[in-house]
Amino acid sequence: MSARVELRNVTKTFGTVDAVRDVSLEIAAGEFLTLLGPSGCGKTTLLRIIAGFEQPSSGSVWLGGVEVTHLPPYRRPVNQVFQSYALFPHLTVAENVGFGLRMQRVPAAEAAERVREALELVSLTGLDARSPDQLSGGQKQRVALARAIVCRPQVLLLDEPLSALDAKLRHAMQLELKRLQRQLGLTFVFVTHDQEEALTMSDRIAIVNRGRIEQLGTAHEIYHQPATPFAAAFVGEANLLEAELLELDALNAQVCVKGGLRLVLPATAWPEGAKTALVSIRPEKIHVARQPVVAANTFEARVEDEVFKGATDHLLLATAAGTRLSAVVANESALGEIFHAGDRVFCGLHADDLVVLRAE
Amino acid sequence: MPSTAAPRLRPPSGLRLLQFGLGGWTALVLLFFYLPIVVLVAYSFNASRLNVVWEGFTFEWYRSVWANGPLLQAARNSLVIACATTVLAVVLGTLGAWLLHRYRFRAGRSIETLAAIPMVMPEILMGISLLVFFATISLPLGFGTVIIGHVTFSFPFVLIAVQARLRGLDPALEEAALDLGATPAQAFWLVTIPCLRPAIVAGALMAFTLSWDELIVTFFTADAASATLPLRVFGMAKVGLNPTLNALSAIFVVATAALVAFAAYVRRLNR
Repeated sequence: MSARVELRNVTKTFGTVDAVRDVSLEIAAGEFLTLLGPSGCGKTTLLRIIAGFEQPSSGSVWLGGVEVTHLPPYRRPVNQVFQSYALFPHLTVAENVGFGLRMQRVPAAEAAERVREALELVSLTGLDARSPDQLSGGQKQRVALARAIVCRPQVLLLDEPLSALDAKLRHAMQLELKRLQRQLGLTFVFVTHDQEEALTMSDRIAIVNRGRIEQLGTAHEIYHQPATPFAAAFVGEANLLEAELLELDALNAQVCVKGGLRLVLPATAWPEGAKTALVSIRPEKIHVARQPVVAANTFEARVEDEVFKGATDHLLLATAAGTRLSAVVANESALGEIFHAGDRVFCGLHADDLVVLRAE
Repeated sequence: MPSTAAPRLRPPSGLRLLQFGLGGWTALVLLFFYLPIVVLVAYSFNASRLNVVWEGFTFEWYRSVWANGPLLQAARNSLVIACATTVLAVVLGTLGAWLLHRYRFRAGRSIETLAAIPMVMPEILMGISLLVFFATISLPLGFGTVIIGHVTFSFPFVLIAVQARLRGLDPALEEAALDLGATPAQAFWLVTIPCLRPAIVAGALMAFTLSWDELIVTFFTADAASATLPLRVFGMAKVGLNPTLNALSAIFVVATAALVAFAAYVRRLNR
């Protein structure tokens, strides 16, 4: 049984520092929600508040419609996977996984069966008698996971559980966590600073910055319609340009961005009554070609720098007017267009691909 | 590819000379440490009353240890006192270290320093101050006062050992236990204490050894009935050296070696 998690106006103050400021968040039962943000943004504090390790300075925490704000961690139907795994070094793998059941006084026979099932679920059969220091990083991670799910929590909290693994293993575990979450139908609250991890696994992502949730949405929404400059810059890469309104009619808004480049975007995208705003352009949305291209916005530019990254080519462009933009082009074939520093190129940009960000 | 046997490297002669020199020095140091003990044990089987000439093999002196009522009584006293000291020092030291580690409070640093003082304070000073203190509160000298004295100087060793271990312990371990449904008391008992076990065992052995051979503090805090073995031996040695003491010391050497071996065994178990 998975449960809904609700934070209502939660604030947490450490001394004079606000770690979390007035956060309200609803996580649906069975949802995979990621708290994404840089270190020190308050995402781990939020998780610890849900787990019960921290008491909010104000606000309340609800689990499945029941208020748990003042319930200690050992009375909450939540379990956590810790960043350091926190496996008990003096217990074997099976004893570690069975610890929670022992605390709940589950009969020995049933407990043994559930431990076996949990270890099977994380593909760790046959290692029951090992001690944690005889395990690899990936195996420890699986034991920590098994130990947390064996108690059948209503919500599973994961605090950067993959950060200590190497890139390959991390990728495999991302897919496995997602599979496990679907299979168990559990509510997952996942904390990470890794945007790729967040995009890969989450149903929804909450971008956390300076103790606040800056944006809450699906990976798609966050990537294509970032709400704030921080969200745009933190997830993926973005050209953030200050834009000044030149002309506004029923259909289009014409703006001039920093450096002098003129661009057209849908009138509806422009904030009403604003004179200036911040415009975000994803590097891969800029079409770069040797021949003139057809698009709402076209301009010529010079390639200032080029970095080959295998699947993609990263270009730094400078327009005649002096606006600098980074662009990414796919390396579709070895015979395809290759750009070099100094080349003159034609660029195209669809009006819909310009995102106007809320003025700060 | 032709296989070439790696030529055995011979260290240059200068280095060999140095190795010989260092080896010889090590042997000398060991001899200096252990020769007196070997002589002492050997003479415990000497039929002569004097520790000078060998007159033949005998168990006589071991019999005389066994027949020496006051000496055996003193050994029993020592054992009781050392055991009580160990238990109290472990409880006090472990709880103290945990409280200082777990809860940050203003007096924490000063308490840490104060707790370490008995380790460096001259024993004679401790003995006198304890005696004056017991006299002031008119507590009669006996087992209680000796144990209080011993706990005072031995619990800091437990505290420091446990504190060092706590510093290296992942704070998430206790949280993980709470998260899995353990109450704070269960988390402490089922997770924290087992993780601290090597430090607790080391501290306990230290406290036991310190208490077992303590002389000066005991001298000031014991009465006739609670006199410990070191105190009795000291009294006997003042009158004159005696092969009975050799036999007693030999027993001590064997017991100590057994204890050290046990400690090493426990350490290996923990690894």
